[in-house]
Amino acid sequence: MKRAAYILVRNPLSLTGVILITLVVFGALFADFIAPFPEHRGAVVDFANFNKPPEWPYLFGTDLVGRDLFSRILYAYRISLLLGVVVLAIAVPVGVTIGLVAGYIGGWTEYVLMRITDVFLSIPPLVLAMSMMGLLEPTLTNGMLAVTAMWWPWYTRLVYNLTRSEKEEGYVLAAEVIGASKPHIIFREILPNCVPSIVTKMTLDLGFVILIASSLSFLGLGVQPPTPDLGSMVADGAKYLPDSWWLTVFPGLAILVAVFGFNLLGDALRDILGVDQ
Amino acid sequence: MPPVVRLLAKRLGTSLIVLVGVSMLIFTIARVIPGDPARIALGPNATAEQVEALRERLHLDEALPIQYGYFLRDLSRGDLGISLYTNRPVTADIAQFLPATLELIVVAGLMMILIGLPLGVIAARYRGSWADHAVRIFTLLGVSAPSFVWAVILMLIFAFYLPLFPIAGRIADSYAIASVTGFLTIDTLIAGNLAAFGNAAWHIVLPAFALSLSGIGQAARLTRSNMVETYDKPFIEMARSYGFPERRIARRFAFRPSLIPSLTIIGLDFAAMLGNAFLVEAVFAWPGLSRYGVAVILRKDLNAIVGTVLIISAMFLLVNIIVDLLIAFINPRIRYSQRAS
Repeated sequence: MKRAAYILVRNPLSLTGVILITLVVFGALFADFIAPFPEHRGAVVDFANFNKPPEWPYLFGTDLVGRDLFSRILYAYRISLLLGVVVLAIAVPVGVTIGLVAGYIGGWTEYVLMRITDVFLSIPPLVLAMSMMGLLEPTLTNGMLAVTAMWWPWYTRLVYNLTRSEKEEGYVLAAEVIGASKPHIIFREILPNCVPSIVTKMTLDLGFVILIASSLSFLGLGVQPPTPDLGSMVADGAKYLPDSWWLTVFPGLAILVAVFGFNLLGDALRDILGVDQ
Repeated sequence: MPPVVRLLAKRLGTSLIVLVGVSMLIFTIARVIPGDPARIALGPNATAEQVEALRERLHLDEALPIQYGYFLRDLSRGDLGISLYTNRPVTADIAQFLPATLELIVVAGLMMILIGLPLGVIAARYRGSWADHAVRIFTLLGVSAPSFVWAVILMLIFAFYLPLFPIAGRIADSYAIASVTGFLTIDTLIAGNLAAFGNAAWHIVLPAFALSLSGIGQAARLTRSNMVETYDKPFIEMARSYGFPERRIARRFAFRPSLIPSLTIIGLDFAAMLGNAFLVEAVFAWPGLSRYGVAVILRKDLNAIVGTVLIISAMFLLVNIIVDLLIAFINPRIRYSQRAS
């Protein structure tokens, strides 16, 4: 623990990551108390103050119906983070289990499972999620479903490669010799040795899920208004460039800050847990 | 049979299986959705008879495997059906919009190689210096924002505030260029119109750069970490003790072995670019597949969605086969062993 804290603080980039993510998570969790205009998360209009450049009390300016952008960004973070957590909570167990089974059992099981994985991997992620979102109704739940469908194969591939090298190790052989069952070897012997890589990837991916979800809503295939969403805020504001620049720049930077933070944090975890790239 | 041919045959075979899988997957997703695609296509004013006639024509009342059979039969004739959105064959629509997207991706891919690899080499050679840190921050920023955010920021800075580049489009309207390849930068050269070529090239810089930023980041990071690893190998030590200049060591001894994983990443990034091109095209009003793709998705135009996804996946698989062959060409050891999928 002490070593971990030392690594985090010593490296300025890791420290930046910790600070950024703390701010983002804190802002999202306590948006009700921090946001100057909590009611602006919904369908509110305030035409007296529409399209205002950044000035007090509107830190990031206001949108075309007079809602405070800073407040909306905080609430958008809340939804993005929720989406990221739910997607990974489903995609990781599914992907990891398939990867473990395919890697350890081998033979036909491996062939079939890995070809199915290849199918998902050979449709560009965004295109797969877009098609699913378009065919379903664009809601938050369907957004989670679409992103999950494109996310699990990456964990399958990661864990599959790890399992294939782990199963040659002495400890697996020892477990086999004393007659341990396959589930025991897979989940109690091999899985714990894959955890550092999985945790590192999950940290990085929290950022990338936010990135993909915002891309979907940028194209109009994500969370629908009036729910605040970083991607659709950028898309709406882009029509009013360059005059109302704050409409696009601040939501865009908000995405950048969150993903950048998770990237730095993931790199730091990689150092702490000693995971190879 | 030469090993390279055997590798090619094997990769083509696997890709074909995967492509059949892709078609089944996207076909199933497109057919199990709620709502009647015929009703959506015809709109609320169509009569029940009209809807029924369209359902009949699209074989929507048959069982799913039979529908898939019809689909495969048409596909083998190069027919992806009629788009319910444009009322034209899906293949014609794709043929019209795809070249612009491909051109954007090819230029972005070139930028990725020509900027990403040198950045990685510099970072590795001056490991721990300010240059290394600067490259690290640049590459992290590159992967940390979706390409539409970079597109908006680049547009704001280099098209609005500093009017160096055009804001939107592929070429100025005043140029009329006959389409040969569909790549404007090539067609203008075929036409011998240098002014038009300059104009087209000028238009493509910003969108391609926005598209390539995350790829540049990944290529640079990977090249750096591979080269750093190679620098620790004994043969580098030996080259140094022979007194080879550092530049030559970097280029000949450290860079070459690092090139192979970088090539693999470039192949994978191509997939990401095919998706991200949708975002960049939307910002720069680039007349490619993006607008068509989003329009057909929003209208639940089944044939067009299935066709577009299938073509994009086929291109992705093709690029990866080419990358594999390139790697086999560079590294003779791989010709004889199978690369892990």
